[in-house]
Amino acid sequence: MSDAASLAGLSDTLFTLTILVYSVATLAFAAELAFSHRASAKALVAPDGSVVSDQGASSSSRIGQVAIAVALLGTALLGAVLLLRGLAAERIPLGNMFELATAVAFVGVVGFLFLALRTPRLRTVGLFVMLPVTLGLVLVGLFLYTESGPLVAALRSRWLVVHVTTVSIGFGAFLTSGIISVLFLVRSRFEEAGSAVRGMTSRIGQWLPNSETLDRAAHRMVVFGFPIFTFAVIAGAVWAESAWGRFWGWDPKETWAFIAWIVYAAYLHARATAGWRGGAAAWINVAGLVVMFFNLLYVNLVTSGLHSYAGIS
Amino acid sequence: MRTALMLLFLLALAAVPGSLLPQRPLSQTAVARYFAENPELAPFLDRLGLFDVFASPWFAAVYLLLFASLIGCLVPRTWGHIQSMRTEPPRAPSRLSRLPRHATVRTELGADEALDVAEEELRVARYRVVRKDGALSAERGLLKETGNIVFHLALLALLISLAIGKLWGYEGSVLVQEGQGFCNTFQQYDTYSAGPLIDGADLIPLCVDLDDFRARYEPNLTPSSFTGDITYSRAVGGPEQQTTIGINSPLRVDGARLYVTGRGFAPIFSVTLPDGTELTDLSAPFLPTDPSTMLSEGVLKLPDLGAGRDQLAVQGVFLPTAQDVGGGLLTSVDPRPLDPAVAIVVYAGSLGLDSGIPQNVFTLDQDRIERGQLERVGSGNLRPDESLELPDGTSITFTGFREFAAMQLHRDPGQGAVLISSLAMLGGLLATLLVRRRRMFVRPGDKVLEIGGLAQGGSVDPAEFEQIVVRIRTAVADAAGRQKENPAHV
Repeated sequence: MSDAASLAGLSDTLFTLTILVYSVATLAFAAELAFSHRASAKALVAPDGSVVSDQGASSSSRIGQVAIAVALLGTALLGAVLLLRGLAAERIPLGNMFELATAVAFVGVVGFLFLALRTPRLRTVGLFVMLPVTLGLVLVGLFLYTESGPLVAALRSRWLVVHVTTVSIGFGAFLTSGIISVLFLVRSRFEEAGSAVRGMTSRIGQWLPNSETLDRAAHRMVVFGFPIFTFAVIAGAVWAESAWGRFWGWDPKETWAFIAWIVYAAYLHARATAGWRGGAAAWINVAGLVVMFFNLLYVNLVTSGLHSYAGIS
Repeated sequence: MRTALMLLFLLALAAVPGSLLPQRPLSQTAVARYFAENPELAPFLDRLGLFDVFASPWFAAVYLLLFASLIGCLVPRTWGHIQSMRTEPPRAPSRLSRLPRHATVRTELGADEALDVAEEELRVARYRVVRKDGALSAERGLLKETGNIVFHLALLALLISLAIGKLWGYEGSVLVQEGQGFCNTFQQYDTYSAGPLIDGADLIPLCVDLDDFRARYEPNLTPSSFTGDITYSRAVGGPEQQTTIGINSPLRVDGARLYVTGRGFAPIFSVTLPDGTELTDLSAPFLPTDPSTMLSEGVLKLPDLGAGRDQLAVQGVFLPTAQDVGGGLLTSVDPRPLDPAVAIVVYAGSLGLDSGIPQNVFTLDQDRIERGQLERVGSGNLRPDESLELPDGTSITFTGFREFAAMQLHRDPGQGAVLISSLAMLGGLLATLLVRRRRMFVRPGDKVLEIGGLAQGGSVDPAEFEQIVVRIRTAVADAAGRQKENPAHV
């Protein structure tokens, strides 16, 4: 077995391992929520609503810290998956959809961990980030898996590194932001209706940090991701100019990148417009994430454009 | 802003059909296929301009409205920003402890001396500082609004640069076989498009010959590079220069760029007529239908075989590495020309090339075959130097192949301005997203300095506030120390 093949094989093993570790992290985040729920039920509450005695909270907080540690481990493994793939193929490991989706998941989780370490209240968001990311990685492994290999001629450019790395970082930031905006919508419904809502909204709502924290976290991730995504589009245009003969040609991928850019620009405007702050802005952010996914999946797999080599064959 | 938001949504929505429906500038064939598959719907959609969305009047209407609303917003905003740059920071509020951030610094210095020290520190931290009624008011972060205005102005500049490119730009595409060439005139291109303000005389002088073309492959047959060695001259009869161009490395001359956008094979035939006349080196580019095996289709049309003779057409497929799959059927198993062959069908009759109706050079007119104007006179699979004998004694020999490159010349005079506008947009965006406008106030009390801070839309970053407080505290203590050591100098 050649060095490249063994590196690629190791990378595949680590991918499976990452999914396992992320599953454990997901369970730990779920356990934290379950314990905090029981703890708050048990806690002694004074007439003014303040918690007098809360023994359960500290154990749930310990589980939360374990969850963060496990998620960090899984993220390091996911980083190693990409690193080994890059070493095996001797190129940047962002040459097909499998690698791109893996990188987006990596950046998304890093974004969440960054937020959770800076603002511990946001740790309860963990379940809702780790669960879709873990399931997403399973689907990526099942349906988008591509052998590590060389790139077609058009992709052999230094701009690949610049363009695709920044796309992944922007997309990853948007991913975490979009998830947090969904949670914001759940939480604001919970806050508005109070105890009137029952079922899932109420249960999830009381686990979550307050809607203002969520709104700020979502905004922060877009503020981080949007300039990077803008740069990625510009870098893509510079590259297209030397690879395809024009910097912009309304190729399906370009068109959807344009749409995504407009939607995120609308999100930033909405957050500064009276009557659009909060709920409406959060919906726009969620729409932006839908557009990003549409651009990744539909445009690569269904339409045929110049970006088609980013597909799975 | 509400209008701008609505128009942004409208713009995003308007772009959607541009990716879901086939677009003329991207693929005429895809549009034709859509017309064939949806004969009722297609003409209706066509009337709405949905097959060329990004050049349609309604798409232009949306973005022009957006830019009109942008200008309407930008003018008063720029004016207001200039005003606020000229205005001093406001008077310090009476109770600094009510501000989002607040700290006190003990000091032995007198009120004026302490304020002097604090003012110096704030200036070093790049605040604009004024002293009003015995207190300091300092402000920083006007760059945020500057960035915002720059971003939106750059957006306008981007639109204008794009318009310049559309009005004065042009592009032409041509298939060039090894050993052949072309000059930069509209007549010599297979297809071209040009902006409304450009005519043939404006084209830059450039002639290009393709000397050699090579495709390289990885062991797993992933194409690794396509390169063409070219000789070019920038004036008719001018000095010739040689270079190599390929994917990701165009030739750039006089603001124009020459690209290799594709490649393929052109099989070469020779024809021996029954009277012994031999015509050699007849070739036509065949278009690859499967890039992984380079199986290519095309037709060689031979209209001039002599007076009174039928015209001939050699239609078929070129297989770079042919493999017999049984029953005389050939397929290609490798994109490299390791074992080339052609499978051809020969038609004789009238090609109708002088009928005035433009013909596709890669296919035969199926109608003429059905109407009997072209008659099938022979078919066969040929390896190099094998011949096909027609009933009338004409012999067609497959003698070899040449590679051809699909070349595209593009000139967009707005391109540099597009890049600069985009980078200015990015710079403005970063400034507006990352900078916060914030104010600091310092008021002396009884042996203390009260410091308060606030920022637009919330509180000053705690780390930044803390840093300023520490700097003021240290500086005040240092000044007090110096005063004690050397009181005479105060």
